Amino acid sequence: MSKEIWVFAEQRDGVLAGVVKELLSKGRELSEKSGFELCAVVLSEDGGVFCDELYKFGAKKVYTLDNAKFSYYQNDYYSRSIADLIKKYVPEIVLYGATSIGRSLAPTIAAMLHVGLTADCTQLDFDVENGNLLQTRPAFGGNIMATIVSPNHRPQMATVRSNVFKKEPVDNPSGERIVCETNLDGIPERMRRVEVIKESDANTIDLNAAQYIVSGGRGLGAPENFKLVYDLAAELGAAVGASRATVDAGWISHHHQVGQTGKTVCPVVYIACGISGAIQHLAGMQSSDVIVAINKDPSAPIFDVADIGLIGDLHEVVPELIRQLAAAKG
Amino acid sequence: MKIAVCIKQVPDSDKVTIDRETNRLNRTGVPSIINPFDENALEMALQLRDLYGGTVTVISMGPPQAEEALRTALAHGADEAVLLSDRKFGGADTWATSYTISLAIRKLGDFDAVFFGKQAIDGDTAQVGPGVANFLDMPVVTYAKSVVVEGDHFKVEKVTEDGFEIWEVAKPAAFTVVKEANELRMQSLRRKMAAKKAVITVWGFDDLGADVGLVGLSGSPTKVSKVFAPPVKTNKATITGTPAEMASELIKKLKERNVL
Ligand SMILES: Cc1cc2nc3c(=O)[nH]c(=O)nc-3n(C[C@H](O)[C@H](O)[C@H](O)COP(=O)(O)OP(=O)(O)OC[C@H]3O[C@@H](n4cnc5c(N)ncnc54)[C@H](O)[C@@H]3O)c2cc1C
Ligand SMILES: Nc1ncnc2c1ncn2[C@@H]1O[C@H](COP(=O)(O)O)[C@@H](O)[C@H]1O
Repeated sequence: MSKEIWVFAEQRDGVLAGVVKELLSKGRELSEKSGFELCAVVLSEDGGVFCDELYKFGAKKVYTLDNAKFSYYQNDYYSRSIADLIKKYVPEIVLYGATSIGRSLAPTIAAMLHVGLTADCTQLDFDVENGNLLQTRPAFGGNIMATIVSPNHRPQMATVRSNVFKKEPVDNPSGERIVCETNLDGIPERMRRVEVIKESDANTIDLNAAQYIVSGGRGLGAPENFKLVYDLAAELGAAVGASRATVDAGWISHHHQVGQTGKTVCPVVYIACGISGAIQHLAGMQSSDVIVAINKDPSAPIFDVADIGLIGDLHEVVPELIRQLAAAKG
Repeated sequence: MKIAVCIKQVPDSDKVTIDRETNRLNRTGVPSIINPFDENALEMALQLRDLYGGTVTVISMGPPQAEEALRTALAHGADEAVLLSDRKFGGADTWATSYTISLAIRKLGDFDAVFFGKQAIDGDTAQVGPGVANFLDMPVVTYAKSVVVEGDHFKVEKVTEDGFEIWEVAKPAAFTVVKEANELRMQSLRRKMAAKKAVITVWGFDDLGADVGLVGLSGSPTKVSKVFAPPVKTNKATITGTPAEMASELIKKLKERNVL
């Protein structure tokens, strides 16, 4: 039996999480280096519907665990079933998205199997000399990076941030579905989801998955000026973030807070408007691809991490940006 | 209700600096605080106790000085405190930490609920809560915003990426708590005085009957292989000028980088 790399193919309401495609794309590179076969594992009512998409991003095998009880993520059912599957096939590596689901599921499985788990990785590599997965993650608010290995335990497991790897489909997808037996009879129903409340607010594009984020800080000056941030976000199709100072002041809900005590985000472009760049804020956004800072104080620490710094008054620059972006669209 | 809260003492990241030569944290003189999310876990536990009666036990694993964090928790209203401290526990990763804490909770007896912070701000792993829950064979709801008792089960509001979910969970259960749940109450003068004098139970390796291969460094599957400074940005640009110039320059630069 060839050795394998598994990607947990997280689905919510029948839709694969974006990070799954990113993990498969990265997984292909790891597969080439290691010689391990790239596989996906999907738990749902009927995994058949996900297979083509998973092949398309490079899965050579898709383990489907099909059960009505898998229609939504339930930690007990999911963790036990995956742990059993891991025991049966003993993959070398298992990757999960660092989503709210992945970050509950993976540590439960790691505890069950006594294997290592590295949280919230932003880089993955494979050491061909010793078979170690090199799992790199920011620590202490992104001030340092740490590479973690689990040399003596298998599988090596990691949760990986969204939006750090590119989604790259393969040219000639092909793969095989392995239908796995599921037996949940022995697992008591200790928890169940009784209601789902979506934030219908059109402004709450999921910060964790957003490609673009526009964030506002105390430099906005007044709560009503968040409108500028929303308008710029609308122009870019961006999610709206905020510093804690604005959340504490009641200008915007906690839902939007980025940083150590808020959300950790990793968009392609992060635009900080009137944010000073305190270490706790940087902790949540420092690994964004391109950081843009708009601040009138040239010595604001946000400029240390910014790729593009605009020194100026946001009340003048942001409306101008909105106007020019809108004009470019025609 | 018998409730446990796991709290971690962490360096106040406001004050932490990095030695750029060695890539180590300059920790000397850095004050320690209770992990901010654990304050929310504690408050949630205190509110349940105030409503339904019972006790709140705070548990921390760490060096002897972590006792400070436990005393602070007592001053805020916790009833009892247990410190897990032993050289053999040192170097524990989240697996070994979860295992060790779970042994202590078992030894303390049957709890109705165990609370954790969403994550610790020094490591940001968010793994210890689900880990301990697994060892205790309890269901766990992560990212809990509110927890109430309804008959023989808990009703929980859980924060997700795109809103909320309501869950029903059988007792006993474990929860990790988000910031927006609440704000920790003030310390009362009476509690503060009592906390100073309170006897804090300290348990070491021998007290827990742990397996030496499962605690501390030797029980930890993960190893830090290297620590390094994040790559320096090479392509930095500063834009000044009139607002219109700045806006058009920004759009141009984003296009050059293929991100617009
Ligand atoms: C334990 C702990 C956890 C924390 N967690 C978080 C967290 O998760 N997220 C977070 O964000 N913070 C967090 N903080 C708070 C953090 O330390 C800062 O206080 C906060 O980020 C500051 O927010 P701000 O940048 O909006 O405000 P300020 O620091 O007041 O900065 C405002 C900035 O706006 C600029 N400005 C003002 N007017 C204009 C204008 N007209 N045009 C352009 N620029 C202008 C100013 O030059 C200044 O740089 C935490 C703190 C602690 C102690
Ligand atoms: N050493 C520790 N002692 C007590 N509780 C801990 C310890 N480490 C972690 N925890 C608890 O587990 C939560 C998650 O921590 P972490 O997995 O390290 O992010 C924290 O918010 C604490 O509630």
